[in-house]
Amino acid sequence: MLHLTPEDWTAVALSLRIASVATLVALPFGIAIAMLLARVEFRGKPVVDAIVYLPLVLPPVVTGYLLLITLGRHAPVGAFLADRFGIVFAFRWTGAVISCGVMAFPLMVRAIRLSIEAIDRRLEDAAATLGASPMWVFVTVTLPLALPGIVAGMMLAFARALGEFGATITFVSNIPGETQTISAAIYTLTQVPGGDVAALNLVIVAVIISLAALIASEWLARRATARLHGA
Amino acid sequence: MLVVDVEKRLGEFSLIAAFSGETGATALFGPSGAGKTSLANMIAGLLRPDRGRIVVDDVVLFDSTARIDVPAWCRRIGYVFQEGRLFPHLSVHHNLTYGRWMGGQPADGAAFAQAIELLDLGNLLDRRPGKLSGGERQRVAVGRALLMRPRLLLLDEPLASLDAARKQEILPYLKRLRDEAKVPLVYVSHDPAEVKQIATRVVRLDEGRVVATGGVELLN
Repeated sequence: MLHLTPEDWTAVALSLRIASVATLVALPFGIAIAMLLARVEFRGKPVVDAIVYLPLVLPPVVTGYLLLITLGRHAPVGAFLADRFGIVFAFRWTGAVISCGVMAFPLMVRAIRLSIEAIDRRLEDAAATLGASPMWVFVTVTLPLALPGIVAGMMLAFARALGEFGATITFVSNIPGETQTISAAIYTLTQVPGGDVAALNLVIVAVIISLAALIASEWLARRATARLHGA
Repeated sequence: MLVVDVEKRLGEFSLIAAFSGETGATALFGPSGAGKTSLANMIAGLLRPDRGRIVVDDVVLFDSTARIDVPAWCRRIGYVFQEGRLFPHLSVHHNLTYGRWMGGQPADGAAFAQAIELLDLGNLLDRRPGKLSGGERQRVAVGRALLMRPRLLLLDEPLASLDAARKQEILPYLKRLRDEAKVPLVYVSHDPAEVKQIATRVVRLDEGRVVATGGVELLN
């Protein structure tokens, strides 16, 4: 039977918290970048495109290392944030939010961008003739029509953030109660003699959470699509 | 009162057109490719002329020499599109009130009831556009444009996507609209039979030029 120690529960709760916060924090940026890539033609667009998708192809350890040398305690941006605003990411759960958010970002942007590109822009013209300013067109037409893609993007990002390992452990290490997520806890247990039974318990939990996220995303996406088509 | 005098190049095609419309229904009539929809889009502010001037009710909406180009959302030109373009995520009721809401106008129950009655929309209000027939959809599109209290109502081939029986179903509504709604209409069509029934004045277009203007007798 499933038997989890208090440390295991801490890792599970921490994973869920980090993945949820990373998804929510990434969302406004994801929508903005998806809008930019789907709608605006500008010089250097291929470069922006490439940078956004980079975490998808880079080895996660490399992404984690890049975060460490920019946001670490003694790195330029990290030191500035720490001295000026008292914001520290290194070895904190908030740092794990950053690494998970960065790793999940390309998947989120891709899903939202595709749904924005699929929108019939003539509907937005129609809204403009009815007196809607560009901001209102975005809020009342573009966003609701992109909702299935936004939901799918959030779920993909959540699942990706939940499974994040390489970038997170490189950037914020593996501290129980602070940065030790399910993946990191399983990794730790596999390094200890006789830890494989305990690891198996966490593996089962990881499978259950992932399945639940998948089923929820299917259900939400279907509901959002049905709403658009008048059910 | 509508005054249009515009020039626009679109690739190989050039559109140079000047005409004026009065109260009642002005038809922009001509074969497909004559530039009718481009003209309608310029009046609505969806397409920018290269040069010229567009005035509706003494309000200058576009003037290239004075560098005036009122954006579409400030023009208050009601536009009924060929394909309806109803918002699929909103109910018929919310489609109808969208323009009033965006324009920040106070609710006007009398105007709403009048439009519902005029276009016979009473039993459609709770439905979604996806569940409407082609004819119902176009009636809602007319109602939506009318309820924003436009200075002018543009109808771009509103019947073109409907079969003959549906056209006959909608035409009486459009005639009532012309006679009762007190808003000038610009009716874009390639169909002489339709234009004869609706228009009080005809502007005939061909290959981007106005070739004749006059009454409906132009069509005989």
